[in-house]
Amino acid sequence: MRITRDFSHYVRTAGEGVQHIDLAVDGVHCAGCMARIERGLSAIPDVTLARVNLTDRRVALEWKQGTLDPSRLIDRLEELGYKAYPYETESAEATEVAESRFLLRCLGVAAFATMNVMMLSIPVWSGNVSDMLPEQRDFFHWLSALIALPAAAYAGQPFFRSAWRALSHKTTNMDVPISIGVCLALGMSVVETIHHAEHAYFDAAIMLLTFLLVGRFLDQNMRRRTRAVAGNLAALKAETAAKFVGPDEISQVPAAAIHPGDIVLLRPGERCAVDGTVIEGRSEIDQSLITGETLYVTAEQGTPVYAGSMNISGTLRVRVSAASEATLLAEITRLLDNALQARSRYMRLADRASRLYAPVVHATALFTILGWIIAGAGWHDAIVTGVAVLIITCPCALGLAIPTVQTVASGAMFKSGVLLNSGDAIERLAEADHVIFDKTGTLTLPDLEVTNAADIPADMFDLAGRLALSSHHPVAAAVAQAAVAKSPIVGAIEEAGQGVRATVDGVEIRLGRPSFCGADALVGDGAGLDPEASSVAFCKGAEKFILSVRQGLRPDAQAVIAALKARNIGVEILSGDREPAVRAAAYSLGVPEWRAGVTPADKIARIEELKRRGAKVLMVGDGMNDAPSLAAAHVSMSPISAAHLSQATADLIFLGRPLAPVVAAIDSARKALRLMLQNLWLAIAYNVLAVPIAISGVVTPLIAAAAMSGSSILVMLNSLRGRSASREIA
Amino acid sequence: MEILVILVPLALALGGAGLVAFLWSLRSGQYDDFDGAAWRAIADDEPPQEAPAKP
Repeated sequence: MRITRDFSHYVRTAGEGVQHIDLAVDGVHCAGCMARIERGLSAIPDVTLARVNLTDRRVALEWKQGTLDPSRLIDRLEELGYKAYPYETESAEATEVAESRFLLRCLGVAAFATMNVMMLSIPVWSGNVSDMLPEQRDFFHWLSALIALPAAAYAGQPFFRSAWRALSHKTTNMDVPISIGVCLALGMSVVETIHHAEHAYFDAAIMLLTFLLVGRFLDQNMRRRTRAVAGNLAALKAETAAKFVGPDEISQVPAAAIHPGDIVLLRPGERCAVDGTVIEGRSEIDQSLITGETLYVTAEQGTPVYAGSMNISGTLRVRVSAASEATLLAEITRLLDNALQARSRYMRLADRASRLYAPVVHATALFTILGWIIAGAGWHDAIVTGVAVLIITCPCALGLAIPTVQTVASGAMFKSGVLLNSGDAIERLAEADHVIFDKTGTLTLPDLEVTNAADIPADMFDLAGRLALSSHHPVAAAVAQAAVAKSPIVGAIEEAGQGVRATVDGVEIRLGRPSFCGADALVGDGAGLDPEASSVAFCKGAEKFILSVRQGLRPDAQAVIAALKARNIGVEILSGDREPAVRAAAYSLGVPEWRAGVTPADKIARIEELKRRGAKVLMVGDGMNDAPSLAAAHVSMSPISAAHLSQATADLIFLGRPLAPVVAAIDSARKALRLMLQNLWLAIAYNVLAVPIAISGVVTPLIAAAAMSGSSILVMLNSLRGRSASREIA
Repeated sequence: MEILVILVPLALALGGAGLVAFLWSLRSGQYDDFDGAAWRAIADDEPPQEAPAKP
């Protein structure tokens, strides 16, 4: 059978006779890597562009059409020491990038206008107390209007649009008072300028937009960065499938290029990238990523297989019913839809704040106008004072209070290996007081490990590891990894469904099923062996050993559970796996509350029950069967090894083998929430001080500008406190 | 104060030039890679000839 690698799905034409591919590259960390990759790739003839993006960890490559095979470029990167995978921009990421650019453009325009209006305002402020002629002042005001009005119309778009969306849905958000404040300030300033008045507020309005756009841009940039990392991780998983392109010819193509009706080959040790039905072959498959059940299932003709299943022993031909994960278990889809609807009801802290804030501020402005009229002031003066109240209370600090903290906190989480999927996850995570763990793949590692390596003589274990390199079986892979084997034994023969054998120095060695090695007797009396583990035997001549292989707990799982308890957070395990397996895990971790054999619906029922008792549940799970409960919980986390669906549903994703990011994320989130609340209080305190001045009618544009920038800088500085090192676990 | 006739348009023109330069740099993708750009500025120029790799 001939196997080819096909990357044509990712190659696109970029102009006249030039082809382009984007690669996600693993391990690019510094400027040195950047220079090495760019030089190494540019040295290939016909490569016209090789440019590394260090922020997104990607390489853009272009070459003359028809001269190169993209796989050659990937091989070259491999020689340089970097693993590269073709990368396809998801539509979600493309939107974030476009949005990010738009905000930066708005920020540029607003900052330009602020600087120039300020340049005109300062002479007016100083002229008002010295000897400026009224004509000169008017001229400067008109110039300010000329700059500020178009700039505000352009740079204010993100706020105006969002405010309009909220109003047309009959709700309100932070952007409603912002938009009203800006529009009124600008409108009043124009009227005042026409009437040759002393004060105009063009500078305050445009400065407000600039500060708020800084907050927006930071927020957006954080999301864009997370998306880029998530996109790379998806590419690094390199989900490919061996597709039949002829009766006896297969091509290794990306999962995205597989269509329903295609036939793919699933070899032992491979993870299935598509949903489909077995049409030929017989094997055991591991569906733990889908159901949580760690016991292998037999697959034969007609058995449905889902993306994420691991093929264990035999080779299967699968007819694709849906590429990637377009179809799912119907039950899970239904539960997921319900749960997602429930979750969208959560109201962000910022929106809650603005819901209180907007009516208070608008009422204050209105009462100010009425109060001045009753006190005998003219309509004009009363309205000017009322608008001044709106300008001074415009939620500049309030608008920055939350995004700046979010940016800093997500940076801290990023460092400890946690990615944020949704912006408000930080607030919800900070409130969590009960954690539900899934067992398989969450508390345990997704891959297998040898538990009794210490019982076996080192030289034997080493030999077993080298022999294991010749097998595709996942258990063999675990043995090879545990023994840190590098050089395979020459002439090893794999017997399907049995094991591997080879002859070394005239002695036969075997690794495989106990019966294959004649070691059945050892399994029978192996009282010390773990009942949950699968046994694999190794024999060299007459010497026989049993290796016990199982999914091990994450190395720091125990410390993490203890750390959670120390923080007064309830811990429980809900698993779809069998009872003995769950009991063993719960016992060794010291978790008294656990349930086994739980269905997705049961998990949701348990979460609902806890919710009714007032608990805020953090669900940590990875399987496809966890997706509905991830959505139903107050906040959710998934490891990066999780099924696609779970990753898409979870609010946060953690990387790597340790479980510690769970605690680190909770700590960062709590700290961030504290800072957010502090910032909100700072903003309120500022308003409490400034509003009486505004109501009394003595606010000049100078006071407004100083108060606004002062409070914004104060809030930003407070947010930066979130950067300091977070506590260690335990 | 006649100098204002020259100074005000001059200041605005300079500000405008800054804005145009910013929009141009944004359009040409100079803000796509903050981390990389920081290093490129201090990276050495490409050596005239690649030294042969030694084992």
